[in-house]
Amino acid sequence: MSSLVQSVDWLAIAPPTLAAVVGLVVLVTDLFIGDARKAVLGWMSVAGLAASALLLLPLRDGDRATFCLTGEASSCSYVADRFTLVIQLLVLGGALLVALLSVTALKDADRELPEGEYWFLLLSSAAGAALLPASRDLATLIVALEVASLPAFALVGIKRGDKKSSEAALKFFLSSVTATAVSLMGVSFVYATTGTLYLTQIADRIQHVDGQFHTLAQTGVVLTLVGFAFKTAAVPFHFWVPDTYVGAPLPIAAYLSVVGKAVGFSGLILVTVVAFPSYADVWGPALAALAALTMTVGNVGALRQRSTRAYSAVRLLAWSSVGQAGYLLVPIAAAAYSKNAENAIGSTVAYALMYAAVNLGAFAVAALVARKSPLNRISDYRGLYTGSPLSALVLGFFLLCLAGLPPGIIGLFAKVTVFSAAVDAGLGWLAVVMAVNVVIALFYYLQWTTLLFRAPEGEPGTHPAPVPLTAAIALTAVLGVVLSGAPQLILRFSETVLF
Amino acid sequence: MIDISESVMQILLALIVVGPLIGAAATLLPAPPGLKGKSPEQAVLRHGVTVTGVVLIAAIVLALGFDHDHPSKMQATTDISWIPALDVRIHLGIDGISLPLLVLTALLTFLCALYSYFKMPAGPTPKAFVALLLVLESGTLATFAVLDLLLFFLAFETVLIPMYFLIARWGGAQRQAAAWKFILYTLLGSVVMLLGLLLIGIKTGTFDMVALATDNGRSLSTSVQVTAVLAIGIGLAVKTPMWPLHSWLPDAHTAAPTVGSVLLAGVMLKMGTYGFVRILLPIAPDGFRTFAPYLAAFAVVGIIYGSLACLALAKQGAKGDLKRLIAYSSVGHMGFVLLGISTMTPTGVNGALFANIAHGLITGLLFFLVGALKDRTGTSDLDTLAEESGAALYGKAPRLGGLLAFAAVASLGLPGLAGFWGEMLALFGAFEPAAGLSRPAYLTFMTIAAFGTLLTAAYMLVVVRRVCMGATPRESPGLADVQTYEFAAWTPLVALTVVAGLWPRALLDLTDPAVQQLLAGGTR
Repeated sequence: MSSLVQSVDWLAIAPPTLAAVVGLVVLVTDLFIGDARKAVLGWMSVAGLAASALLLLPLRDGDRATFCLTGEASSCSYVADRFTLVIQLLVLGGALLVALLSVTALKDADRELPEGEYWFLLLSSAAGAALLPASRDLATLIVALEVASLPAFALVGIKRGDKKSSEAALKFFLSSVTATAVSLMGVSFVYATTGTLYLTQIADRIQHVDGQFHTLAQTGVVLTLVGFAFKTAAVPFHFWVPDTYVGAPLPIAAYLSVVGKAVGFSGLILVTVVAFPSYADVWGPALAALAALTMTVGNVGALRQRSTRAYSAVRLLAWSSVGQAGYLLVPIAAAAYSKNAENAIGSTVAYALMYAAVNLGAFAVAALVARKSPLNRISDYRGLYTGSPLSALVLGFFLLCLAGLPPGIIGLFAKVTVFSAAVDAGLGWLAVVMAVNVVIALFYYLQWTTLLFRAPEGEPGTHPAPVPLTAAIALTAVLGVVLSGAPQLILRFSETVLF
Repeated sequence: MIDISESVMQILLALIVVGPLIGAAATLLPAPPGLKGKSPEQAVLRHGVTVTGVVLIAAIVLALGFDHDHPSKMQATTDISWIPALDVRIHLGIDGISLPLLVLTALLTFLCALYSYFKMPAGPTPKAFVALLLVLESGTLATFAVLDLLLFFLAFETVLIPMYFLIARWGGAQRQAAAWKFILYTLLGSVVMLLGLLLIGIKTGTFDMVALATDNGRSLSTSVQVTAVLAIGIGLAVKTPMWPLHSWLPDAHTAAPTVGSVLLAGVMLKMGTYGFVRILLPIAPDGFRTFAPYLAAFAVVGIIYGSLACLALAKQGAKGDLKRLIAYSSVGHMGFVLLGISTMTPTGVNGALFANIAHGLITGLLFFLVGALKDRTGTSDLDTLAEESGAALYGKAPRLGGLLAFAAVASLGLPGLAGFWGEMLALFGAFEPAAGLSRPAYLTFMTIAAFGTLLTAAYMLVVVRRVCMGATPRESPGLADVQTYEFAAWTPLVALTVVAGLWPRALLDLTDPAVQQLLAGGTR
């Protein structure tokens, strides 16, 4: 009789594990250090996230798997293939940038926010988000989803005594829990019809489901997708986004817009392409419709923001992130129709990497401006160029990357890969919808960009930037510029085998 | 004409495309010691003149080094892989079709920089102005030099942001609305164009224009060609602009500063027609044949529509704006270009390319002149200018008046000047369109278009009468006549208009072999 004890490849699971361990260490350390030295916690977390990102290096061959069924080598719960590594890099890198933003935010909050808890929650959520792309069975997937989400609810509501913050957290929590519950029901349906939780086995067995259970399996597939669609903030699961972003501390809004989305779409990819490829005729049209709706609703929502309203900058970024989620969904939908589904998925990954870099950059500049104008209205950005020319140029660059127009070359080519995935799959109508959306989106991105270079009203204020914030802005700007010169660095994912 | 080694030619072409970009980045830096000039503004404007001047010289040397015995051969080619994932290559090269446009662009941008050095348009800092002008130049030059579909798209998009800011920040009344209309219209067109380009690239497996032109549409089914031509054609037609997609143009021209109008009319409209010739004709001939009669019909409507709009604007009491009038006349002129292309014959396409260059020279000059007039009198409103009897420019500023009259008659297509040959060849082409196209239809188009030339003559002469002639009031304040820098900026355009009119072979010898080859099955 063979041993039932699984051997664990510790190196493979090191990145998420380290993030979680550092989170615990920070929580314990918080108890023992005085108020004056709380800043240490922030730097510990930054170092921890950087270290776990570095731990991806020895894995870069992408051939490791662990927690496998002892009988069958192909059924593993944790796989560190290329897809996993790229998404983990995105998640950990994104969390690192958010941590840099948070260092300043916590310092400025002047002990209004509980530091130990904040860092613990952020690291736990990042650990869950890093675990998710590696999960290859439905149970681990749902657990990872919840590990990533639960701390996020608390982070949204972490502003003590702020009514808006708690309301946002509650809204986020209730809607998210409902979505997860629906997802779980879907998982149970799938388990009932196939008798397994491993994605590869599901893919195999779901083709041979008894005719009577066919409807049940189909319902299971659709319901499972709901939870992940919620995380990506796809319409109609988007309504929590604007209020949650405004209510949360700014770095957390940035975190949700990038890492939260990464969690959602990597889960969607795993479920659709790995687990249910034979049901492509069910989820393909559904995702295509979802993508079209999401980008349209998001962009129209962003278009309606008035620049003088309080928090309009964050609101606009929130709505624009909904619109961008729509573009991210396009290649996943295209994978259903395309002969080489993996290349289509690669387009989503490439787009997500671009989006992560420039969107975090935009949030970083927004955090800089918010230090001076806490209301963070778009009209506060008027004349930013006069006061701090570099941050204005950089923000303009990020916004044009998001819009996908030169000089944001990487944004342009990332959009081109998404378009080409859609055209390749024969989804011409979706490509046309997206084309119209790109034009709508340009309007609000460019309007904001123009404002940066207008003459300021009154005295131009300078925005002295603290070191961590400068580092975050510089890092994202350098990334954006380098990628614009060599788009191949991320676009290569759209032609390599990820799984 | 002169023998230059291929590698030097390559470097020259790369310099022409990248040089302005580097120059644009350099404007953002403080001026180095020794180049500070009288003031930072003066230094940066001079920097603009220097960079565009260097690019112009490079373009002229390139034109001299160009092998004029084989204009159909791609020369000075560079081919480097850039983004293997999307199969995007940095593939540059020039032939007889692109060389004249390249030189025209370099020339017009240089003249604009020179003009702005002495007469900076009112608005925010000159630093941003020069930087945007250079980015714009880089984008337009790249459009004519690249031989990769996605790179073409990139270059096509590069011009949008600079032009938007030039109109929105340095423009006249209504500039915000006009700038928005310009960028949203063009972007919508170009994104649709991207879909067509991707369709071609995905179906054939390459984005290389030379390979695709050699293939001449053989690996594309007719239905794919039709779809691709429709998508790409819409994008190019917005840019050209073709009636009924032209409505952004008059607003943009009216609001843009003088140099903005000059570049918009002189260079950017050509990006659209160049795309028709370079991409659609050789790569998807079957698809193009399907749409050619419709294109011709729209072109002819554009000719008549543009002329009628001009006539209406030129009428007394219509409160017509001169810049708007020239913009509408551009719609008409571009109609001739499109008519020539739609015939799919060497004659017609050669005519189209000739008309392209001629329109760039003449309309560029017209916008310069009207801009100068507006600077002097404070208005470009025809009624205000002309009052009761006429603006009497001949009396008040005889040289300016003479130049305006010259540009106007060149624009109406007087034989002996550049405007004549292009339109005549386009009409000739329509007289005998390519096999497979309905000749009666084209004869009708030709007749209507010929009638359009009469209308053009009518409104141009009305403009000359109202602006240049009239009694000079005795105690009227005199208008400053043409200044030295204005002469410097305008003389090249006048001279080239005359040269191209008297010696059309200089241009046709360049374009004809390349066009023949393009129509017969791609570039060797």
